[in-house]
Amino acid sequence: MRNKLLAAPYIVWMALFIVVPLGIVVYYALTDSITGQFTLSNLTGMGAYLSIFLRSIWLSLFAALICLVIGYPVAYFISQCSASRQRFLQMLIMLPMCMSFLLRTLAWVAMLEDTGIFNTFLSHLGIAPLPLIRTSGAVILGMVYNYLPYMILPLLSVMSKLDPRLIEAAADLGCPPSKVFSKVILPLSYPGILSGLTMVFVPAVSTFYISQKLGSTGTTLIGDVIESQFKTAYNPNLGAAMSLVLMILIFACVSIMNRFGESGDEEVMAKV
Amino acid sequence: MKKRLFSLLLALVLMISLALPAFAAREEITVYNWGQYISDGTDGSLDVIAAFEEETGIHVNYITFDSNESMYTKLKTGGASYDVIIPSDYMIGKLIEEDMLEPLDFSNIPNYAGIDEAFRNQAYDPENAYSVPYTWGTVGLIYNRQYVSDEDAQSWSCLWNSKYAGKILMFDNPRDAFAIAESILGYSLNTTDENELRQCADLLAQQKPVLQAYVMDQIFDKMQRGEAWVAPYYAGDYLTMVEENPDLGFSHPKEGFNIFIDAMCIPKGCQNKAGAEAFINFLCRPDISAANLDYIGYSTPISAAKEYMDEEVITNPVSYPDDETLARSESFSALPIDATQTMNDLWLSVKTAGANTTLYLIATLAAVALVIVFFILKNACRRRKIARRCRKWKST
Repeated sequence: MRNKLLAAPYIVWMALFIVVPLGIVVYYALTDSITGQFTLSNLTGMGAYLSIFLRSIWLSLFAALICLVIGYPVAYFISQCSASRQRFLQMLIMLPMCMSFLLRTLAWVAMLEDTGIFNTFLSHLGIAPLPLIRTSGAVILGMVYNYLPYMILPLLSVMSKLDPRLIEAAADLGCPPSKVFSKVILPLSYPGILSGLTMVFVPAVSTFYISQKLGSTGTTLIGDVIESQFKTAYNPNLGAAMSLVLMILIFACVSIMNRFGESGDEEVMAKV
Repeated sequence: MKKRLFSLLLALVLMISLALPAFAAREEITVYNWGQYISDGTDGSLDVIAAFEEETGIHVNYITFDSNESMYTKLKTGGASYDVIIPSDYMIGKLIEEDMLEPLDFSNIPNYAGIDEAFRNQAYDPENAYSVPYTWGTVGLIYNRQYVSDEDAQSWSCLWNSKYAGKILMFDNPRDAFAIAESILGYSLNTTDENELRQCADLLAQQKPVLQAYVMDQIFDKMQRGEAWVAPYYAGDYLTMVEENPDLGFSHPKEGFNIFIDAMCIPKGCQNKAGAEAFINFLCRPDISAANLDYIGYSTPISAAKEYMDEEVITNPVSYPDDETLARSESFSALPIDATQTMNDLWLSVKTAGANTTLYLIATLAAVALVIVFFILKNACRRRKIARRCRKWKST
């Protein structure tokens, strides 16, 4: 009984600010913007934006994988440090998150622009201005930069709980370091990898600011389109339908990722 | 003890802060205007809002928008109330049609008498019951003389010129963007013909590869720093930009252009109508209008204000083009709802066009296939492993 009471504040919160708004989103997605009558046309017209959906998913998947490649070694390194050092390094990773996300993205614009810091420097060296901004690469860079902490932190929390005796035991039994990594450390950190990938992928796939600032007119993401439906086009119904489809796609992607994790977990259990 | 004292203090502070607004029941109005569209005291100009507050004691909350469409959405979705809004002509027509404006009490706005006859009773507000003109102006091409030749800049086609690829900006709102395509194709800026709108959308989609970005207020920064070289925008804003970057030039393109009036209105649901009317009246005072428009660079609808302005400003062909130039201009009227809808849909298709769908589709299908193969192989491996273990167990 007591346990249930503890959850009550969150249940009220969730009902008010998650379930009810979701209901409103579904309602809007299924009604016409002008007459307000029931219609499926918002959803059936979604095929026109297929490429935008796919582009958003691909770019954010790339961003999540790059975050993993950068974040994994860093998280492992930090987890091997002493406790006080760990706290310090963890704080350093969180530090950029204390500054506004919009400001950090604008700072990248100032650096990458044709008349920005990098290109001014390069033109002094005699290299013609490089197309650094307004590319898919710049959008991915923005995503990686902004969401990297969300990859490192869950990885770190899993790795710092990793039992060093398991690694020692593997080494004692004659396992070469590469095998220790692939057979012990990697499988044990699957949960961290999964939550890291999810925490980078989900905000990245629905982002709109990064692609507007760092992308070109050809790298519009689904978040931009949704934003425009609510902000300028005054068609919240189409926007709601897009959000709904995006939500379903995110669920699909995340559940596939989790399937990878499940199979990994079983393996670990079988081996340990 | 200390803790209790602290919490007591905290409670006291909280209570005071909660009660404060109730004590300070001063009169206030909320003004919702375009960005960079009022003289704000920088560079030695008159701070219009501060002057109004000082004269009347009414506090002004000042908020900005970046396009008529985003202002409309804000009004429509509600949640906030505004006392004065300053949209453009066609948007005022739409707001009147949808019964979203309060009729004005002109006895509270005596300075309306100074508004020139030419700017009264416009098509968007034929009885002139809802709006008082704030400024008027034209849309033209702003270009950087260092990089863009003057002759190229005489035509809207400059915005499609691949010579300037990556340095071209475009309006980020459907009405202004379509107007440019309509001018090039020789259609009316108020066309409701779906076929014509579709051709405009095609033209706008062709422009995407050479565009740097769709922008509104960001244009100031990008043009002033030379990050972009050519952009369509409002004439008055050109005058602001050229002060920062003297290389900038302006042209009224030969294909025709939009002439607009931005007017002050009071939306339904305002909190302080008398205060709002006092504000409108204040802005119509010739000396205030002169000081204000001197700074923002737009053209004044009040002839009396010109007496207070620099000779240089009122003879500037950018703000006050001659009749020959004005003959090429056309004003916007409110489009019927289905034409607006068509334009919005087409605008969305323009902005989302250009993606290589087949490439993404193939890549996605390949990825999905890989995932399926991975799971099948994994299952097969596991089954084989279990079978081997069983055999081993049986044999021992």
